Amino acid sequence: MIEVRNLTKRYGDKQAVNDISFSVEKGEILGFLGPNGAGKSTTMNMLTGYISSTSGQILINGVDILEDPIKAKANIGYLPEIPPLYVDMTVDSYLGFMYDLKKCKLPRKAHLKEICDLCKISGVRHRLIRNLSKGYKQRVGLAQALINNPPVLILDEPTVGLDPNQIIEIRTLIKKLGKNHTVILSSHILPEIQAVCDRIIIINKGVVAADGTADEIATHLTNEHKMTVRIEGSTRTAADKKEIVEAIRKISGIKYVRADMEREKGIYDYDVEAKEDVDIRRELNSICRQHDWNILMLQLSDMTLEDIFLRITMGDDANRLKGAEPAAAPANTSEKPKFSLNVKDGELVAEEVEEEEKLLVDQSFDDPDEEKNEGGEE
Amino acid sequence: MGAIYRREIGAFFTSGVAYVFLSVFTLLSGIFFFFGVIGSGTTETSPMFSSMFTIVLFLIPILTMKLLSEEKKNRTDQGLLTAPVGLWSIVLGKYFAALTLFVIAESVVFIYSIILAYLGDVVWSTLLGNYFAMLFLGSAFIAVGLFISSLTENQMASAVASMLALFVLYLFDSLASNISNEIVRKAMLSVSFYSRYLEFTQGIFNITSIVFFVSVAFIFNFLTVRGLDKRRWS
Repeated sequence: MIEVRNLTKRYGDKQAVNDISFSVEKGEILGFLGPNGAGKSTTMNMLTGYISSTSGQILINGVDILEDPIKAKANIGYLPEIPPLYVDMTVDSYLGFMYDLKKCKLPRKAHLKEICDLCKISGVRHRLIRNLSKGYKQRVGLAQALINNPPVLILDEPTVGLDPNQIIEIRTLIKKLGKNHTVILSSHILPEIQAVCDRIIIINKGVVAADGTADEIATHLTNEHKMTVRIEGSTRTAADKKEIVEAIRKISGIKYVRADMEREKGIYDYDVEAKEDVDIRRELNSICRQHDWNILMLQLSDMTLEDIFLRITMGDDANRLKGAEPAAAPANTSEKPKFSLNVKDGELVAEEVEEEEKLLVDQSFDDPDEEKNEGGEE
Repeated sequence: MGAIYRREIGAFFTSGVAYVFLSVFTLLSGIFFFFGVIGSGTTETSPMFSSMFTIVLFLIPILTMKLLSEEKKNRTDQGLLTAPVGLWSIVLGKYFAALTLFVIAESVVFIYSIILAYLGDVVWSTLLGNYFAMLFLGSAFIAVGLFISSLTENQMASAVASMLALFVLYLFDSLASNISNEIVRKAMLSVSFYSRYLEFTQGIFNITSIVFFVSVAFIFNFLTVRGLDKRRWS
């Protein structure tokens, strides 16, 4: 249905989208996920022919968007980030205009009524768009995209600015539409993508960082043999740390052990990785019993989409940090809130990069509540 | 094209631009009609038409100022440019909407002619000649204004720049007379809008001038289309 080959967009020196390739089948709901400025909107604008690509090819229903734009565009319904609404028109006259503009052949009255019912805007059809709330404007934008029943729907952050009820409504609507249409949907809201999409493409810094179902991406990235253990030593001081690490290292099948940060007073977390097919949990338990240590928490790292997202997008930051001099640090601090979202996620990154770890340690100390919660969960 | 044309006509009236344009046009042309024609006790309408050049010059930018600049500012151009319509349809839809309003305004001269017919004999050939000359002049000016509107996101900037551009075109004649270089002077005079228009009000229906105005209209619409196209690539 949609085929994108080696799509690249350059703005001067800035590479907004870099060599993206993917395809979407009929009836699939594809989610575009990425942090702000990752190239989601640029990609969507290229897919709809609003801007052209620097290189690469886009086929909509087999039609090249640059070679036969009118025919290709006839297959697309597009809701841009800012809905293209003429605020001095009423909803009715605006939808009528879009109906004419798209040269729709479906019975006018019935078709517009059907769309208004679907988007739940029948009650505001005679009001000026200027006077509508943000949520209604968004829905009118969606209605506009649905005119002429295009086989492909491209929705750029369709739920932005809506209240929770409206978000759920729009999501249900998109799911419903996904049965008959091919839908591409972008968002930086993770649960939304997870709730609605069959397949996810994570875009970061203009490249495809991951492509697949949420589960596929998770399995691909997760090492199921990793776990985090919180062990209370006998002395409850830093001295325990070395002893415990040594003891765990002796378990057969251990690949990697490392003491992590102090989570409770005198009690540390340990990152443990075992070889494949080895379950060390029982042995770990018996060691602790021998030494009279207590396991306060044991957590296998199963990744949620959020973890994946953070790992992909922040892993990239980490790489940048590694190579860059201290001047690059402020860029990182600006993204600090991401860390505080979930300390658990941060640890994934902490394993990889030293600088990152320090920052994370501080962060976790700043936020004792979160620590407790995490401990409490287990 | 039809959809865009109808929307623009509607927008002219809902935004009030049409009322401002029509009332100011009628008021000023009425003043010129009263003092230039009735006041001097003649049925010769040419003096009125020659004075109306300046009204057209200042009023057309008001018609064209927001045609494309507003689309860009409100991001509604995204709706137009991703719809299955060509760039020419978009530009011409807007162009003809503005031209229609101009023709409506200009046609007020037929009311004047009825008044004149009551008072004396109207010279219909000069009146119609002038009417069409003004129509073609307007069609060229609108294309220039539309093009300038496509260059900016700010409708006031668009209006001021258009007025300035048209005013410079108007000044070409007086500027040319101060230039000693024969070739440059001739070149400037050959693209002069004012002297061509004045020719009509003197009773000369010059077909090359009509071709000139139509060509200008075409060239500027073409530039607008190219400009919109280029924006996608930058």
